[in-house]
Amino acid sequence: MEIRLQTPVKGSDVKKLKIGDEVLISGTLFTARDMAHKFLIEENFEKINHGIIYHCGPIVKKDNGRYKIISAGPTTSARMNIYMPELIKKYDIPLVIGKGGMDSLTQKALIKYNAVYLTAIGGTGALCSSSIVRVKNVYKPEFGDTEAIWELEVRNFPAIVAMDSHGNSIYDKVKANSKKKLADILGPI
Amino acid sequence: MNLKNSIFELYKDASLELPIDIVDALKEAEKNEDGMAKRAIASIIKNIGLAKTNKVPICQDTGMPIFYVEDDGKFSRKEIVNAIDGATKLATEKIPLRANAVDTLTGIGVGNKPVIHFEDSDKFRIKLLLKGGGSENVTQVYSLPNPELKAERTLEGASKCVLDAVYKAQGKGCPPYILGVAIGGNIEETLLHAKKQLLRKIDDENENKVLNEFEKDLFEKTNALGIGPLGLGGKTTVLAVKAAALYRHPATYFVGVSFGCWSSRKGELKWK
Repeated sequence: MEIRLQTPVKGSDVKKLKIGDEVLISGTLFTARDMAHKFLIEENFEKINHGIIYHCGPIVKKDNGRYKIISAGPTTSARMNIYMPELIKKYDIPLVIGKGGMDSLTQKALIKYNAVYLTAIGGTGALCSSSIVRVKNVYKPEFGDTEAIWELEVRNFPAIVAMDSHGNSIYDKVKANSKKKLADILGPI
Repeated sequence: MNLKNSIFELYKDASLELPIDIVDALKEAEKNEDGMAKRAIASIIKNIGLAKTNKVPICQDTGMPIFYVEDDGKFSRKEIVNAIDGATKLATEKIPLRANAVDTLTGIGVGNKPVIHFEDSDKFRIKLLLKGGGSENVTQVYSLPNPELKAERTLEGASKCVLDAVYKAQGKGCPPYILGVAIGGNIEETLLHAKKQLLRKIDDENENKVLNEFEKDLFEKTNALGIGPLGLGGKTTVLAVKAAALYRHPATYFVGVSFGCWSSRKGELKWK
């Protein structure tokens, strides 16, 4: 059974989320990749306060002066590891959506600031964009379409809780298990 | 139809639709999985259908376009390069593709700049691979012997490298993966041929008996790691392993491991 979340997301709802929960998000997301993270750390951008960060560099088309998101799946979150703890703290970010997981410093920040990391299914650009209703705004367009911050209205955007605010991570479990399997196959190293 | 338009069509086929052998392998994987892994693959299959129906790119990362031209001399190389460049501009605007060529010094995206490899052949053929950045980032190259892995200069040593590469990649490159492996070669050849293996069909049997066994053995072992679709845990980490062996210098023994994401988009243009 999916959990429906509406932005602004309440702290009490974030706390309830557990790894493996399937979530449908409605409301507003902000896309951010490498350049946007650096910008958000170095400058103040109040618009994003308490907003949801989506690690994504979409394909965008401009039709009759209006932006349309063509394909917009998640990008690899690990590239943003160095910025994430500070960003979660600075802007009080409740949810971060991406793919592939994040490092232990981010996990600590999720616990400390009551936030959750969710994964969208990597590669599903067509599926993810089908739940984007419209582009509300674009910031830092000079970064280019891929790296700009797109403020998106979404309806039932699908994601899975992969790292929760209680210190649990799907990736840690999978990694520990695969490490054991690797040792079984290779013999003691 | 002229060459440029044919290459534009090749771009469309590759970016909007996955090869049927990969789709079939994913459907098979869905049957074998349960829980979160099954639902992840169900989303993948739904996405493939949506991309086809709505004529939008399967993944927003439309990749680095890599062309492998088998050149029989029918066209001059200049004609071929011009046709590819023209088709790339058209595809970037019309499909559209994401502007994936970034000026490393300014950080600005400048459209797409395809990579083109030529080889002489008696038949003219162009193969296109749209290689995403997530799977490219988990590429590994090893120089054997490797003391940490206790990997000697043997096929067993090479096999340990591949397992290590998949372990290190976890879910970052969008599994289930297609693995391209090259053993031996000069280092630039090692990576070229590792990646070129990704062009092979999933059920393509290696004609070399030793490599055929190497591929099958690694297919079992990499899947036993349990990394699963998108690294969420499961039985399907790898859809296929494809390997090649190259001549090497007596002092070197390289193992290159190239990763294709589940959305390994590729196509082939046969000129009539």
